[in-house]
Amino acid sequence: MGKKGASFPGNNKLSLREIKKSFSKDGSSLAVLLDISLSVRQGEFISILGPSGCGKSTLFNVVVGLVQRDGGIISIDNREVENGLGDVAYMQQKDLLFPWRTLLQNVLLGPEISGGVHEEARSEALELMTRVGLRGFEGNYPAELSMGMRQRAALVRTLLFHKDILLLDEPFGALDAMTRSVMQHILLGLWMDYRKTILLVTHDVEEALLLSDRIYVLTARPAAVKGEVSVDITRPRKVTDLSFVDLKGVLLDMLQGEIERVFA
Amino acid sequence: MTRRILYPSILLVLFVLFWELMVWQFQVPHYILPAPSRIIRTLTVQQSLLLHHTFVTLEEIIVGFLLAFVVGVGLAFLMFQFPVLEKTFYPIVIGSQTIPVFAIAPLLVLWFGYGLSSKVVMAALIVFFPIVVNTLDGLKGADPDEVNLLRILKANRWQILWKVRVPSALPFIFSGCKIGISVSTIGAIIGEWVGSKEGLGYLMLHANAQLQISLIFASLIYLTILGVGLFYLVVLMERRAMPWKRFSEIR
Ligand SMILES: Nc1ncnc2c1ncn2[C@@H]1O[C@H](COP(=O)(O)OP(=O)(O)OP(=O)(O)O)[C@@H](O)[C@H]1O
Ligand SMILES: [Mg+2]
Repeated sequence: MGKKGASFPGNNKLSLREIKKSFSKDGSSLAVLLDISLSVRQGEFISILGPSGCGKSTLFNVVVGLVQRDGGIISIDNREVENGLGDVAYMQQKDLLFPWRTLLQNVLLGPEISGGVHEEARSEALELMTRVGLRGFEGNYPAELSMGMRQRAALVRTLLFHKDILLLDEPFGALDAMTRSVMQHILLGLWMDYRKTILLVTHDVEEALLLSDRIYVLTARPAAVKGEVSVDITRPRKVTDLSFVDLKGVLLDMLQGEIERVFA
Repeated sequence: MTRRILYPSILLVLFVLFWELMVWQFQVPHYILPAPSRIIRTLTVQQSLLLHHTFVTLEEIIVGFLLAFVVGVGLAFLMFQFPVLEKTFYPIVIGSQTIPVFAIAPLLVLWFGYGLSSKVVMAALIVFFPIVVNTLDGLKGADPDEVNLLRILKANRWQILWKVRVPSALPFIFSGCKIGISVSTIGAIIGEWVGSKEGLGYLMLHANAQLQISLIFASLIYLTILGVGLFYLVVLMERRAMPWKRFSEIR
């Protein structure tokens, strides 16, 4: 618990080694990712916790290939890749539903881009929408729906990208506590049924503990891995479980030091 | 909704009544300012004449507008796809706006003749600018995160264009069209003033020369109806093309 650095056992779905990134801003350079190494096994649910502005979104952008990294190695299925473009699904804090598309058209974006929407994709979409409580809203536009519903649609769209790896960047950050808890439930259920490999960025220690197999804690910017915590609590977990409360204390301690550095 | 129509209507009716009274009270000669009742009589008596010239002007506006739309939207797409073209054309498009159409109207009549073509070109020149500028802004204004979403899906540039940039640009394109259709009448009328044998602009000049001032007012009424009608036609198409806008407005 809390040990520094990541181990690299043989079989990883995704592994990052010594990822580095700095942005140049008005001539000066801003180091954002100092050295990130982590590994995720097939079907594992990983959370990434870190202080605000430490570079979590940048890390995902690097993995997806939207941002060029300065150095480091990305491997998927134990093979080195240029980046995760085409191999990972990415969901951002903004739902990014297209306002001009109905919910069904929105969730079918993935199949549509990769060669046309077939009956199979449609029925899968409808099934997933039913599952997350969006049945009956297929024909509605995003503007007609609540934040929670939009976020659920974004989640369904992300699943329908049909990738093994999901990167979720604070997907529930903007939701109220109640809706957020419903969404966590839905996500957990989908993860168990679809056996996806999930990396979730969150600010919320409880969310990380409720959902994940392991948690990586990042330092303040420039980000490095401060520590790694395994959550060996059987699901469904309760925030009142003794081991839950213990781990929460451990994580908060780790984060506290970093938050103090941000405001120092 | 009813008030939005009711209040201006009441004001208009009161104004017309006041006008009628003043003309009778001060015995204003009809070749200076005709009474509304006289204008209404002209509207009925000269209906077929007015309609004929209205359709001439309508044709000029519609053909001119469509020409400007096709060329304007086309050029905006090309400028967006090829930055070299933007660097080449954009300054010229902006610069051309400093030349008043009034100034080149006589030249256009000289080159394109007294018929339809010179008015079409004139209307098109005026409509062109708001359409190009708005379309280009719209294409550039797409949310980069939405574009990135498609890039993550390995979409090609055409898919990004059609599935994100064009829908994001639609509201801008329609704004351009609304401005364009509002100013299109100016182009057509100026063209007709400078040289023509038909159209509402021609009819107004002709009536002016004959001191048939009530016919000028009648022409103005037809021109107004034409302009407002065309504007609402564009608004109608906008609503049909973007059904989702209805909901965004409620928010
Ligand atoms: N494209 C960019 N160009 C320049 N600087 C950037 C860019 N993207 C991010 N940054 C900077 O990198 C730092 C980390 O940003 P990032 O969004 O990755 O943080 P984060 O951990 O996701 O924050 P939050 O918790 O608020 O979402 C910030 O200081 C930000 O200003
Ligand atoms: Mg972020």
